[in-house]
Amino acid sequence: MKNSKALQFVLAIGTMLLTLFLLQRGFIFLRDAAVSKIVIVVFAILWGVGGVAALYTVANWIVELLPTDWVPRIQPIVFVGPGLALLFWFLAIPVFRTLVLSFRGPNGQGFDGIDNYIFAFTDRIMLETFRNNLLWMVFGTLFCVGLGLIIAVLADRSKYEAIYKAIIFMPMAISFVGAGVIWKFVYTYKGEGSGISEIGLLNAIVLAFGGQSQPWLLIPPWNNFFLIAIMVWLQTGFAMVILSSAIKGIPAEMMEASRIDGANEFQIFFRIIIPSIQGTLITVTTTIVIFSLKLFDVVRVMTGGNNGTNVIANEFYLQRFTYGDAGQASAIAVILLLAVVPVMIYNLRQFRESRAF
Amino acid sequence: MNAKKPSLDRQKKLSNFFVNFVLIVICLIWIVPTLGVFITSFRNSQNIFKSGWWTILPHREYVKTEEIKLADNVDVDGPITVNGVTRTFEEWRAGVLMPDGTQLIWFGNKRTRQIDVQTLEWKWFETDLSLENYTNVLSGKEIRFKDGSGNEIVRQGNNLSTAFLNSIAVAVPATIIPILIAAFAAYGFAWMNFPGRKFLFTLVVALLVVPLQIALVPILQDYTKLGINGTFLGIWLAHAGFGLPLAIYLLFNYINQLPRDILESAFIDGASHFTIFTNLILPLSIPALASFAIFQFLWVWNDYLVGLIFLGDQNRVLTMALAAIVGEKGQDWHLLTAGAFISMILPLTVFFALQRFFVRGLLAGSVKG
Repeated sequence: MKNSKALQFVLAIGTMLLTLFLLQRGFIFLRDAAVSKIVIVVFAILWGVGGVAALYTVANWIVELLPTDWVPRIQPIVFVGPGLALLFWFLAIPVFRTLVLSFRGPNGQGFDGIDNYIFAFTDRIMLETFRNNLLWMVFGTLFCVGLGLIIAVLADRSKYEAIYKAIIFMPMAISFVGAGVIWKFVYTYKGEGSGISEIGLLNAIVLAFGGQSQPWLLIPPWNNFFLIAIMVWLQTGFAMVILSSAIKGIPAEMMEASRIDGANEFQIFFRIIIPSIQGTLITVTTTIVIFSLKLFDVVRVMTGGNNGTNVIANEFYLQRFTYGDAGQASAIAVILLLAVVPVMIYNLRQFRESRAF
Repeated sequence: MNAKKPSLDRQKKLSNFFVNFVLIVICLIWIVPTLGVFITSFRNSQNIFKSGWWTILPHREYVKTEEIKLADNVDVDGPITVNGVTRTFEEWRAGVLMPDGTQLIWFGNKRTRQIDVQTLEWKWFETDLSLENYTNVLSGKEIRFKDGSGNEIVRQGNNLSTAFLNSIAVAVPATIIPILIAAFAAYGFAWMNFPGRKFLFTLVVALLVVPLQIALVPILQDYTKLGINGTFLGIWLAHAGFGLPLAIYLLFNYINQLPRDILESAFIDGASHFTIFTNLILPLSIPALASFAIFQFLWVWNDYLVGLIFLGDQNRVLTMALAAIVGEKGQDWHLLTAGAFISMILPLTVFFALQRFFVRGLLAGSVKG
């Protein structure tokens, strides 16, 4: 009996080594093989997903063969360990590594003191990014939440609620790059001259009303607002869906009672709906504020940060990958992190109060 | 009471009309930009350069019917009289509406001495629509198309078909792997006892809003050392790492509220944690798993930043390929519009097919930044 268990254990260890070996061979094949792309794609999916499943299964097999009093101690490592390892590698430890790098020079060498932070808070471009991110955070959030709330309240009274909501929600499935193309086409500008007709929707509308066509994305500071419009288009659906479900949670009797008491729709909106969904309103607002703080793709694709449209995340990218200064990039990343710390603390406090543990 | 009722009804109808009117206007604003791109993607490249996409609808436009040559002795710098109407050169060039309904417009510069006579004519639907833009942008070989002046342009295709396959190779494992890892971890947090359990879960909650920019510089160093920069493995791990806090948090909330007695009776029957997890908890958690799967899939498919940094050009995904067309050929709208639609097809399908699960995931996970 004992012998067979030892044999099984050896077999399990052997299987583990074989799995690791096969996965390593698979990696080499994926990296170097010159076969058709479809073969690569199918193989990659099977290798990646199957590999992870196999590793868990074999690791657990080994653990269950251990002496009985060891199992409860080792098994949590198999279950929780890989997840935590990835979390530490990709998020927790980099916080400290980036902090260290932010005091170093462009190549991650030497010690620059707080030079990178002095740069971050005094450089003209950096100050411009702070101003722009503030615009994004204030106006982007205001319009997303405001419009989302209006649509949620109005749609709640319509028979066609589902259709309206699906249309407003649809952009959430589109990438910022795709949305960038859609809106770049709306804003496109050809210029003046005989025989030229504008093919951009916005300029065509302006011309139809007797105005002058404009290169919208080249006029600071207004170009920022044309970019913000894209985020509003993408994110209003998010605010709407969450707020709408909160509104549906308000007891119908409460609204009915105030209507009978003679309250008009505006009073109901401000005295009943708004106070009832206050918590959700705060959550949605903070989510969108954080989103606009980290915003990158739209600016990168639409203007590259030129003409006064730069934002913090794009400057981070430029510093690290265009100018090759890891130190200044790290300082910018740390500033981004510090900006979300209040939200982090709020989340932790909420979590402690929820007593999920 | 009875006398009041009809007016109340009318008021209700009026407010209903108002509500629907406002919503329809907003929805039109929301949908028209996408519609424009959709229509444009089927138009002939030459037409796209010449006229707006709305001109495919029936409309009236000025069409040249004849031309007038001015005599050599006419002074083009002073007022010019044509068919009884006197205007300056600038006014003629901008176009002059004649009493008979035709429009006269100067062709070219002063030296041409030519004025075109245009009449307003009905144009029916534009029928020159095809899939050519799609085949062109998908192809990696040489492509040909016409620019606004009718010149033929030959150029290397953008090979979006390969980028599409790359997107699948990135998005499918980068969705399933973190779900698997997170489900194991969530089960561990919910049903197992180990030292530091509470502290570690608090860490997960804290990491929910950490901007991923904080990790990019050091992780890129690691990837270069490990030699996995630009590989599928590298980007799966990155997407898994960045998606895990939300995944663990969501799945924990779900698994933790499953009734405890299921588990206890399974234990009494001698089942191990692993069997309970695979045979009981995973099937029971399908709604939560599906919610997060859609969330993560859309996030990964639409991601640009993580791909840009960890994937090289050889494995570039759709968003990167599309952004490259914007950067290099920002005015090639026939390629851009078709490319944008190719990048949207799959997420839109997933989204509309599984919208219910997606909304549920959003509601549960709205603490994430």
